[in-house]
Amino acid sequence: MDVVNQLQRQFLDYSASLHREGFLDDQFTQLQKLQDENSPDFVVEVASLFFEDCEKLINNMARALEQQGVDFKQVDASVHQLKGSSSSIGAMRVKNVCIAFRSFCEAQNREGCLRCLQQVTHEYSLLKNKLQTLFRLEQQILAAGGSVPAIE
Amino acid sequence: MGPKLKQSYHHSVTVKVNEQMGTKRGYTFIQANRAWLPKFLLLWVMVMAFLSTWIYKKMDADNKVRRKEVLSSMCDQRARMLQDQFSVSVNHVHALAILVSTFHYYKDPSAIDQETFAEYTARTAFERPLLSGVAYAERVKHSEREKFERQHGWTIKTMKREPSPIRDEYAPVIFSQETVSYIESLDMMSGEEDRENILRARATGKAVLTSPFRLLGSHHLGVVLTFPVYKSKLPPKPSVEERIEATAGYLGGAFDVESLVENLLGQLAGNQAILVNVYDITNSSDHLIMYGHQNQDGDLALLHESKLDFGDPFRKHQMICRYHQKAPTSWTALTTAFLFFVICLLVGYILYGAAIHIVKVEDDFHEMQELMVRAEAADVAKSQFLATVSHEIRTPMNGILGMLALLLDTDLSSTQRDYAQTAQVCGKALITLINEVLDRAKIEAGKLELETVPFDLRSILDDVLSLFSEKSRNKGLELAVFVSDKVPEMVMGDPGRFRQIITNLVGNSVKFTERGHIFVKVHVAENPKPKDDAKAEIRLNGGSDEGALISGSRQFNTLSGYEAADERNSWDSFQHLVTAEALRNDASEKMTVAGEASRSVTLMVSVEDTGIGIPLIAQDRVFTPFMQADSSTSRNYGGTGIGLSITKCLVELMGGHISFISRPQVGSTFSFTTVFGRCKKASHSDTKKSNAEDLPSGFRGLKAIVVDGKPVRAAVTRYHLKRLGMLVEVANNVKIAASACGKNGSSCGSKIQPDIVLVEKDSWLSGEDGCLSLRMLDLKQNGHVFKLPKMILLATNITNAELEKAKAAGFADTTIMKPLRASMVAACLQQVLGTGKSLPGKGILNGSSVLGSLLCGKRILVVDDNMVNRRVAAGALKKFGAAVECAESGKAALKLLQLPHSFDACFMDIQMPEMDGFEATRRIRMLESQANEQMNGDTNKGSGKKDKWHLPILAMTADVILATYDECLKCGMDGYVSKPFEEENLYQAVAKFFKTKPISDS
Repeated sequence: MDVVNQLQRQFLDYSASLHREGFLDDQFTQLQKLQDENSPDFVVEVASLFFEDCEKLINNMARALEQQGVDFKQVDASVHQLKGSSSSIGAMRVKNVCIAFRSFCEAQNREGCLRCLQQVTHEYSLLKNKLQTLFRLEQQILAAGGSVPAIE
Repeated sequence: MGPKLKQSYHHSVTVKVNEQMGTKRGYTFIQANRAWLPKFLLLWVMVMAFLSTWIYKKMDADNKVRRKEVLSSMCDQRARMLQDQFSVSVNHVHALAILVSTFHYYKDPSAIDQETFAEYTARTAFERPLLSGVAYAERVKHSEREKFERQHGWTIKTMKREPSPIRDEYAPVIFSQETVSYIESLDMMSGEEDRENILRARATGKAVLTSPFRLLGSHHLGVVLTFPVYKSKLPPKPSVEERIEATAGYLGGAFDVESLVENLLGQLAGNQAILVNVYDITNSSDHLIMYGHQNQDGDLALLHESKLDFGDPFRKHQMICRYHQKAPTSWTALTTAFLFFVICLLVGYILYGAAIHIVKVEDDFHEMQELMVRAEAADVAKSQFLATVSHEIRTPMNGILGMLALLLDTDLSSTQRDYAQTAQVCGKALITLINEVLDRAKIEAGKLELETVPFDLRSILDDVLSLFSEKSRNKGLELAVFVSDKVPEMVMGDPGRFRQIITNLVGNSVKFTERGHIFVKVHVAENPKPKDDAKAEIRLNGGSDEGALISGSRQFNTLSGYEAADERNSWDSFQHLVTAEALRNDASEKMTVAGEASRSVTLMVSVEDTGIGIPLIAQDRVFTPFMQADSSTSRNYGGTGIGLSITKCLVELMGGHISFISRPQVGSTFSFTTVFGRCKKASHSDTKKSNAEDLPSGFRGLKAIVVDGKPVRAAVTRYHLKRLGMLVEVANNVKIAASACGKNGSSCGSKIQPDIVLVEKDSWLSGEDGCLSLRMLDLKQNGHVFKLPKMILLATNITNAELEKAKAAGFADTTIMKPLRASMVAACLQQVLGTGKSLPGKGILNGSSVLGSLLCGKRILVVDDNMVNRRVAAGALKKFGAAVECAESGKAALKLLQLPHSFDACFMDIQMPEMDGFEATRRIRMLESQANEQMNGDTNKGSGKKDKWHLPILAMTADVILATYDECLKCGMDGYVSKPFEEENLYQAVAKFFKTKPISDS
């Protein structure tokens, strides 16, 4: 039981730090609330969808930006998609970069776009790591026979 | 939405200002020529100066003309007189000549000698005032000289008194008047002048004149008149030779012209003013003066010449008159002109001043208008600003409050908890204030729009009551609501705003009331029925008169027995209400039909409290924003004083009117009217069904007795029980109730066995302790009652000790805490009667479960191109029990929505590639309208289950700009939800929609 408690505390601390550092926001908490007996893997499912989406979009954008005549419209559409997904999942930092990204797209600033792409990639991989750790903690709690504490 | 909206708004303001400026710039003539005004003045002055000069000149010229005329008339007059006098004298001389010829020549010997002549002439001298004297000279030829000289005894002498030299002819004076006797024997022909005169006279036979010369005797200027005397009668037309031949001598006289004229002028008026000169102008180049001085001063500018005819054709004379003095300056003309000038100057100045004044006033006016426009713009901007700012503040405030709530759920020390709670309370107060300010600003900006949806007024009142139940219970206040049966169950209006009004009023009442009651009444505003029926009814119910005095002290027929401010609202009028209902229940269907026929219903709502009241001085500014009764009010009770002003605005928006009656230390009663639409008949019954679901129907037909000494309170209890479908009797006290239970046909008219007895705590305490239950038991034992009715105690607040006592006394069943609400009463009764199961009504305020009930089993289509979004939305909706399907594009959605389909709603993302949400919605609506048209084609087939296809489509969007919302509505969407799903937001959107669904379907 002690192990479970410890794990639970660890889980709470970790998710709190994620919120504190701005990786996640309230929307993620909402998602967690949506998870119940009927859909036990809801958050993980959504997150993995998000990651897939992200990778695809980032690749798209990278390809578009490499080309000689950059099609900023296409890039913008991708960024918009990414922004939508990230705000849905509550990935605040990714979303914020997306906002900056879009303004560069509008200004047709290739340099800025490339810089933002880099940032997005960075944020995305960071978030992926963090979330994977979080999910791992969850799994551990469940494996130890405890229940995942609700996040306020 | 802020900047865009603001911009367009700003634009409209500018346009408005410009327009106003445009119309204002229609300057008047004066304004347009303001720069020219001084020049106009100068021009005016110059013109006037010119005019007055002209006037002066004109008048002066007139004067001169008149002066000239006067002069000429005077001159002519003088000349004529002179001429007349002269001719008179000449005539005399003529007569004398005839006398001489008659008596000297025709008589022989001569009848005249010197003596006779002198005598005669002296005596007739008055006839010739102008002649200084007359003399007769005889014509003597040289041949006769000696004879003549001898005869007279003297020699002929020349003028120089020397013996005359030898000449052809001589004309020695033989007779002379005494005055000129010195010329006797002088030869007249010796003087050049005289000789000429003589020759001319005898040639013409007329009197002739010499040119003027100095007379011998006086030194006056004079002329000599010579007249020929003929010896014999002349032939009728004598020739000059004949005349000369016939000449016998010459009669002469000296005219003293100077004294003549002097004399003459002396007789005339105006003598001093003019200067008269008489000239001999025979020689036109050399005028010889006869009278007056040659060089005289006087007015040389003006003179008048008059011709004089002295009867001598060879000599011409004229008279010249002039004024002594120069023409005097014409003061009249001068003053007239000057005055005219001055007046015109003044008039000009006045006009100028007026123009300047007009210009100034107009300038001021324009300035004022500009200021007004600016002030109005500022006012609008203020409202705008308030609206925007409060909106902007709300967002972070929600965050703060949320965080505080989270914080409070964590492990906190008591001090920390206290701090956090205080912060939360403050935050909540702030958000309330902001909401109020926002409301107020919205109302002022005219942006508040009222909804028109059907709602259940009673349940709203119940909700409001439940909000305040905690507070009122803590304060020990009676809080009750009563809605007249005549008020329709469902009305059309804005439930949110109605709730806000009630909440404001009740909140105020709760805040300011420490004892007594707060009573909300709703009835249809119309004339109450006659009083008599009402009283009869009341007596039937156990008599109201005794109820007035219960505990010895003064009691009022109000809810709690405390005095209320508005006496009209007390029991007396309340009776009417109850009675009217009773009558109406009996009334035929017709009346109901008639009542429902009208489109709208006016409700009269009053909120009565027994609080501190409003001071008389403050009563007239109660509805002014941010005004409280006095500054101590906010210190003691808090609040900003904005609530009532908003309430007033809202009531007026709803077509009503709010007023209040308040007595300090007694209480206040706020009453307002409001107009709601009636629901249509079909939907009415429809919603009735759904309403019936809210309140359990398991109590229909149950009988209850309410034991309460206070009729008003009893009526309220009865009202709530009736809503549950129960039959209710009111008993004034325990005894009556007991007897009602016991004997059939007792005083209260009850012939039924009550299932439930509800006893008011006051009645129980004041009545005989526990006697009721004892009696009941007694009855049961006696076989009168088969089933013991359930005993329920009604209480506002109750202590544990009392509760124990009550249980002991037989109220084991339950105690219902007031304020009463239909749903709560139902829950309690269910518990008591053991009908079991928790009630759906309990969860009424809990959003998620309601959302669950709303969405449960509904098939919902989610359309979004974003995989993650789609998943999240689906997850959220699934959580509430909806069956969710997903589509990843507008086209896919269209495919799924080919008619007929079984979806209940669709959530549509707006920004999608290929076909966006708007387009997709438009196409869906097109499909639907086609299908509907087809269906209308075969309506005679009878109406199906669904007579119209209309899939509710809600937009999902991240930006909540109003314009987007408008666009949503334009292309046929029914509403929108903001994108990261929030429960409340979702609930609002869905609830509004699913509730209105039956209406839109009908």
